[in-house]
Amino acid sequence: MPEHEADGQLATPTHEVRDFLHRRREQIAQRWADEPLFRTVFTVSRDEAVEASKVVVDALAQVADSEQVEDPDAAGFSGVREQLARMGAARSRAGLSNTQVASELAALRPPVENLLASDLEDAPPEHLRACSTALTVLMGTLRLVAMQTALSEWQALSDRQRLQLMEVATPVIRLWDGVVAVPLIGTLDSARSQVVMETLLNAVVDQHARFAILDITGVPTVDSLVAQHLMKTVAAARLMGAQCIVSGIRPAIAQTIVHLGLDLDVITRASLADALGYALHELGTDIVNPGAGQR
Amino acid sequence: MSDAYSRPVPGHVPVLRLGDVLLVTLQGDLHDSTAQQLQQDLAETISRTGVHGVLIDISGVEIVDSFLGRVLAEIAAQAKLLAARTVVAGMRPAVAITLAELGLTLPGLTTALSTEAGMELLSQQTPAYRPRGPRQESP
Amino acid sequence: MHTAAGVEACLPIRSDMDLVWVRQHVRQAAARLGFGLVEQTKLVTAASELARNTLVHGGGGQMEATHLSSGGAQGLRLAFTDEGPGIADLDQALSDGYTSGDGLGMGLSGARRLVHDFDIESTPGDGTTVRVTCWVAQPPRPREEA
Repeated sequence: MPEHEADGQLATPTHEVRDFLHRRREQIAQRWADEPLFRTVFTVSRDEAVEASKVVVDALAQVADSEQVEDPDAAGFSGVREQLARMGAARSRAGLSNTQVASELAALRPPVENLLASDLEDAPPEHLRACSTALTVLMGTLRLVAMQTALSEWQALSDRQRLQLMEVATPVIRLWDGVVAVPLIGTLDSARSQVVMETLLNAVVDQHARFAILDITGVPTVDSLVAQHLMKTVAAARLMGAQCIVSGIRPAIAQTIVHLGLDLDVITRASLADALGYALHELGTDIVNPGAGQR
Repeated sequence: MSDAYSRPVPGHVPVLRLGDVLLVTLQGDLHDSTAQQLQQDLAETISRTGVHGVLIDISGVEIVDSFLGRVLAEIAAQAKLLAARTVVAGMRPAVAITLAELGLTLPGLTTALSTEAGMELLSQQTPAYRPRGPRQESP
Repeated sequence: MHTAAGVEACLPIRSDMDLVWVRQHVRQAAARLGFGLVEQTKLVTAASELARNTLVHGGGGQMEATHLSSGGAQGLRLAFTDEGPGIADLDQALSDGYTSGDGLGMGLSGARRLVHDFDIESTPGDGTTVRVTCWVAQPPRPREEA
């Protein structure tokens, strides 16, 4: 600042903030290292937290240099996105809600603001106000970047989990030579019904299965869309030369289907065991109970 | 045991005779005219040879649209009038799902998982397995 | 909002042979964009139905394929245009089982069920344009490697 005063004019507020960040890099980093966000994530040593803080300070300075304090897509942020994501993820793992992480991010602002205020003590009040506004905006944008990064991470995580859930929830079991079954558990939505259909039909081909059993004992409700998917699965299996059997229809579901006016033109059996019995009978493989003694 | 009836004319699908059954293997992408030609050829061949079964292997077919679906249904219907049974074998899952979505369930068609299963169906004296629903055998 | 990432191709629909080209082109374009096997088959089947409509009822025309991208999602839009007699009663033409030709009456109504977006414009005497759009399923499904 002496040089500014020397030529009698002040730097723009954002450039003032940039110079301030460069000048106070060490002090800011020292203060941030004690904030929960850095302290609890970088636990190996305090130096590690200080170094991580410096990376963020440098990124902020770069953004201020390019006069893009309001732009979350500013080039300066690209270098810290990964680190911010890691920090956010670590805090979530520690059990913090998104709101709590956001407020920890907000807690980074006051120490920097206090430093700026004491640095510009002698500057004209309007200039100080302009500079601290620029800093506030910059810190706000940093929060936005961090939340954006975290959100896209959560999105990716939830997509992955949904995919895993679909795979876990639709195991196709070979019950007998030529008989496959998929026991469905939980609510069926359109996307899952689609996956069930594809998985079951692929299994029909792989296993040369003449019978495919859809067991819906574990399905609490069926709406008309799901019922239609079931019908399509039955129709597609028939086109391939296999027969579908739906087993385990609950009384409530039977009522719903009738109320919806759907014509479920399909072979049904009360339980998975009955369905298997039917398939075996059709295949010419009858099971006899030797314990019964008489034949 | 194959006294053959193959006719490798371009644009024609060869019709192969295996004992009492005519075997047709469809491959890839069929022209509409090729499919119509096949329908005509089959009617003539069934009536000339007096076979009792027609087996159409579509495991090599990547799509069946409503046109080809109609041709298959009509082949089955006309074969029935000529006292022959038709089995369509080897439809791929993606094709079957698409047809079901399209609303084309082709109820008059007898289907089998593979050509072997289809042959078995046709060689059985008793009527082949058919769903025990209200489905009709003819379209 | 989505942006058209570019017209991929414009194919004539004048003959039987062109239907085969349309199917092959749509199959390749869909595979390139990462559509799964079932989605590819649905889209190609829809294209086949619509191209046949263009040929049989519209007296020939063309198909324009456009690659769409919207917030990371990839899509394919197909537009079938003819200068034929047009369709007087769209509701009737879109109902199941209605047929003016020799199909099973599943052309338009069936194609509509196979795609995500379906849009039809027709002026009697001026021709018909049908636009359909499909998006690559997200997240990508497993076991569709074939």
